[in-house]
Amino acid sequence: MLLSENQVSQIANLACLSLNKAQLKDNTQNLNAISSLVEQLANVETNGVEPMSHPLHTFQRLREDVVSEEEQLALFQSIAPEIRNGYYLVPTVIK
Amino acid sequence: MHTKTIVELCKGLKNKDFSCVELTQYYLNRINQSRLNAFITVTDELALEQAQVADDKIALGNASILTGIPYAHKDIFCTKGVKTSAGSKMLDTFIAPYDATVSQKLNQVNLVMLGKTNMDEFAMGSSNENSFYNAVKNPWNYSKIPGGSSGGSAASVAGGLSCFATGTDTGGSIRQPASLCGITGLKPTYGRISRYGIIAYASSFDQAGVMTKTSQDAAIVLNVMAGFDEKDSTSAEQKVPDYTTNLNTSLQGLTIGLPKEFFLSGLDNEVANNIMAAVKEFESMGATVKEVSLPNSVYAIPTYYIIASCECSSNLSRLDGVRYGHRSKESKNLEDLYFNSRSEGFGEEVKRRIMIGTYALSTSYYDAYYLKAQKVRHLISNDFKKVFEKVDVIMGPVSPTTAFDLGSVKDPFSMYLADIYTLSVNLAGLPGMSIPVGFAQDLPVGLQLIGNYWSESKLLNIAHQFQLQTDWHLRIPQEC
Repeated sequence: MLLSENQVSQIANLACLSLNKAQLKDNTQNLNAISSLVEQLANVETNGVEPMSHPLHTFQRLREDVVSEEEQLALFQSIAPEIRNGYYLVPTVIK
Repeated sequence: MHTKTIVELCKGLKNKDFSCVELTQYYLNRINQSRLNAFITVTDELALEQAQVADDKIALGNASILTGIPYAHKDIFCTKGVKTSAGSKMLDTFIAPYDATVSQKLNQVNLVMLGKTNMDEFAMGSSNENSFYNAVKNPWNYSKIPGGSSGGSAASVAGGLSCFATGTDTGGSIRQPASLCGITGLKPTYGRISRYGIIAYASSFDQAGVMTKTSQDAAIVLNVMAGFDEKDSTSAEQKVPDYTTNLNTSLQGLTIGLPKEFFLSGLDNEVANNIMAAVKEFESMGATVKEVSLPNSVYAIPTYYIIASCECSSNLSRLDGVRYGHRSKESKNLEDLYFNSRSEGFGEEVKRRIMIGTYALSTSYYDAYYLKAQKVRHLISNDFKKVFEKVDVIMGPVSPTTAFDLGSVKDPFSMYLADIYTLSVNLAGLPGMSIPVGFAQDLPVGLQLIGNYWSESKLLNIAHQFQLQTDWHLRIPQEC
């Protein structure tokens, strides 16, 4: 199925990316090319095959839900673009 | 001095032929005079400080084999107080506030970090042309690519700018540049080395490894890098052997599997001839060869690009200009901030893969794309399992061609073909190596060794025995 530029624009929107006209055209071509790659996979018989989400077939290890790190707010915020009083500043959200 | 291995430099330091400060200054001079563009950041001051500490340790008799050895660190590993950009404008201003586990382990043995190496942005690429800091050049021919994404690391070792380098391999990013630059590259089993503090691209594939002059050096560095890490939930609780103890085991009786799918059309004839000559060398050392089949490996490219893109679209969603990294100056509201920061900060290849991932994970396509790819991934993994019931190691090419011209591959999908022989190893999570085995068109050719899970020791032994019989790994570029 071929994707239209409108649909690709929607995908860009979901990914929080702005595309100019040339990028939109380029990405439409690329996503359609990916569709043709995926068509190759449609030929593979996978009935009854478990999806493989971990290369070692193991479950993700969990730890106890306890605090294990010291507070390092100042250190982490030292690299932030804009902060004030321990908060990250962003442009106005509500007018 | 720049042609010496870890073992040789250690001997020189111990015998006081040169001090670590002298050695470090020697390498820093080479880096500063180099035209390879292999480094994003050169940490001159820090390196000389670390070298002084190493000299003091050596003088006190507290040195290990790695004390004072100058190395290059891929710019994807977080290094406390040092810029960690992952080759991206998005992280151009990012000074990591903590060390990756790998960085921490390398610091603990008093290695000397010369700097952070250039790489494809967020490790997405097979040519090292997708870096915000421009392309790296191949030391064997400056008009050629070094391979990607650990191209800076590979070029730094091959070009004599560091004794060894770290790398990461998501779809072949250690093995392919190692092959194209004529050095030894090892990607261990997934989970063998901690991923904590590595800027994530595709979490179920990313694995750190080493790029060295010899397999013996790779064993020495792997001894330090490997091991369980409770900070990484994907780290394996698996015993780590001493990788240097098994290097001299005889290869008599070794069974090599040659997958027929790795020798089909698309493989350069001269590359194929070099691979077969290397296999013959192994036969002369007592190995036997069997043809094997990995029937689903032909689907590795679409499977990998769907799953890796899905994981990258998720991992890179954290980069929004709020807490760290690039922030657009033009934003009027929060939504603008997200869109502008990401659109300005990411390069074209990264945007392309985020888009593919977002598309493949969207409700209407999830089953047909992501889920289907995960099932095919299982089939690819099962193929390897069956083959390893019959053979000890799989051998084949790393790359279908030697290094190609910078800027010559314009179409992203043609570029993906460069990874055709390496991707299936990452899909299965197996260990793989590249060792130099010859030249085609005056450029290096690498042989790929693929082992069963946790068989790094065996791979290093096989590679070391080959390197005792041959001198391909000792060849250095003319300008080097």
